[in-house]
Amino acid sequence: MQPDLDLAPGKPPGPSRPGLASMRARAPWAFRWETGLALIVVIIGVAGVAASPNFLTSANLFNLGLSNGEIAIMALPMTLIIISGEIDLSVSSTLGMSSCLLGFLWSRHWPMIAIFVVIAIVGLAAGAFNGLLVTRVGLPSLAVTIGTLTLYAGIAEILLGPNTVSNFPTAYTNLGVNAVPFTGNAITYSTAIFAVLAVIFGVILHATPAGRSIFAMGASPEAAMFAGIRVKRIKTVLFMVSGLVCSLAGVLYTFRLSTAVQNNGVGLELDVVAIVLVGGISIFGGQGSIPGVVLGVLAFVGIQNVLLLTNFNQEASGVVAGGLLLLSVFGRNAASYSTRLRQRLPARGRRPAEGPAPGQATAGSQP
Amino acid sequence: MTATVLRREPPETPADSGSTKLTERVFRIRESGIIVVLALFVAVTAGIQHRFVSVSNIQFVLVNTAIFALLALGETLVVVSRNVDLSVGSVLGISAYLSASLFGGHHGFPVPVVFGAGLGIGLGWGIVNGLLVAAGRVPSLVVTLATLYIIRGIDILIVGGSMVTANSLPTGFLGIPKETVLGVPDIALAVAVVVAAGAYYLRSFRSGRELYAIGSNPEAARLAGIPIGKRVLFAFAVSGAIAGVAGVLWAAQYGTVDSTAGSGYELTVVTAVVVGGVAIFGGSGSAVGAALGALLLATINSALYVLGISDFWDQAIAGFLLILAITMDRVISVKLTAALRLRSTRRAA
Repeated sequence: MQPDLDLAPGKPPGPSRPGLASMRARAPWAFRWETGLALIVVIIGVAGVAASPNFLTSANLFNLGLSNGEIAIMALPMTLIIISGEIDLSVSSTLGMSSCLLGFLWSRHWPMIAIFVVIAIVGLAAGAFNGLLVTRVGLPSLAVTIGTLTLYAGIAEILLGPNTVSNFPTAYTNLGVNAVPFTGNAITYSTAIFAVLAVIFGVILHATPAGRSIFAMGASPEAAMFAGIRVKRIKTVLFMVSGLVCSLAGVLYTFRLSTAVQNNGVGLELDVVAIVLVGGISIFGGQGSIPGVVLGVLAFVGIQNVLLLTNFNQEASGVVAGGLLLLSVFGRNAASYSTRLRQRLPARGRRPAEGPAPGQATAGSQP
Repeated sequence: MTATVLRREPPETPADSGSTKLTERVFRIRESGIIVVLALFVAVTAGIQHRFVSVSNIQFVLVNTAIFALLALGETLVVVSRNVDLSVGSVLGISAYLSASLFGGHHGFPVPVVFGAGLGIGLGWGIVNGLLVAAGRVPSLVVTLATLYIIRGIDILIVGGSMVTANSLPTGFLGIPKETVLGVPDIALAVAVVVAAGAYYLRSFRSGRELYAIGSNPEAARLAGIPIGKRVLFAFAVSGAIAGVAGVLWAAQYGTVDSTAGSGYELTVVTAVVVGGVAIFGGSGSAVGAALGALLLATINSALYVLGISDFWDQAIAGFLLILAITMDRVISVKLTAALRLRSTRRAA
């Protein structure tokens, strides 16, 4: 087969383009961000095993889950919020506030169940405050949540001051440091909770009308509103869910460290945003997937772990996290640029528009 | 129908000039609002505790404001153009360490060269940020979030566990924040001059005005022929250079520099800028307002200390102020739009 002869006259003979286009048409998954990310995760896994025999042991997996569980959990509601076109930078201080509230109330001898209820309510209220300022007052979420990032961290400081609370009962702190039974000591409670939540969030985002409307409002808030989607209500609910999930993460965080102290969780928001963007969520909203974010978590955690095992200064792992973040955004930009280029090229040849392109290209890919 | 539309067009011009007068008035309100809050705060605190308005405490507040006001100037340039620079704290940190370690124990090293080095380091990182944003067409929030991490990581790799200590720095250098002219700290005067120059640039230079144009409507600015990439690159370069100089000042003020210098400053600086009336999504605000925002935050910080309220309240108040400021801005702009619409319909009638 001579591929070029099949092309319509007038179309510039692009040597590799038909082949690429056909692959795109036949296997669109191969061009998804998630596929590339999965490849990277596999490479990290192989590199990790090659670098150290300790990489794939249950002890190492357990430690990874332990040190990253809360970040991974907070990345899930963040995903939905960013897809809806907003951002929530207050996640880490919501975690810190919940942690301090736990310590504050426990040191005043409240029963644990009542504390949990209060923390859940405060988390929902913190999220609702963000959501209402964004949707009803009409403020940019970036500015609002930078403000509440400071405000909630400030409330945490007021609650505990210079004190630390660490006399939590072992029945609870064990949840933070023990493995879930029957998992070969590899799965922490935070990992398990992340897995369950990932499934729930994934189903909601990808298989329900509410999930579709989150994508719609991220792509175009006005179009979504005219289509009858309750944009403001859904966004407020998303912020409330974020508040609730982050305060849950705060409880886990406190039990893991067995300590409530006012600077718990400071700076974690950057990790969470980095993971979500690495997972292929567009910062402009309207694009992304939960499987992508799960892969983002794996890539983020994996790279940090490989570095740790190779005796890289652990505190400097920000270099890698930041680099990953930059790469992911540039990667997306390059990909969308080449897509736009490819869409523009056939248009110049006039006739072979969308319809016939795949068939033609199939012939073209034979050689 | 067409006729009414046509008749409606001409009065647009007088309505427009009226609108600039109105916006001007609002801006004046915006800045005088901060001054009123500041004055109230000082008056109430001084009424309770006279020590608050003592010369030494005022000097203390001014010196503490200086670095943040300086950083706020750079951030204003960036925010006005509808961008944000989150890497200022990290740039300050790495510049503080590298420039202070130039003294390397021998106290004879010329101080101006150290400031030059800080400026250079900051400028370099600012250009990196600007190129990534302008040429890479990546949102600045993401770029500077990434460089915030990366620069801090590099700082940690360079510093390791060590630090620069005060006794490796010459006394002349450490004395910089303590020098005064007529009781006013030199450092505050210098920053005031720089902020004034920055405000003049933003207000009266063509390229300064273009930053506002880019911030209020990037697409229109592009169509008007404004070189957006160049201007944004310039704003980031200035912000970086200022953060570099601020790093040297930081080293002079605190004496001890380890790898955590300046961490978390980005949030304080953004808070100061927004409290100072610079719109977070660009297009409006002034450098003087941002500096006043920094002064207000430092004053509150000091007032809490003087009143014996634990400074654990500090952060909550800053966060609350930030939210209050943006809410007020929003309310004012909504009212303004409504007033303008009313005015133009009245003129048309």
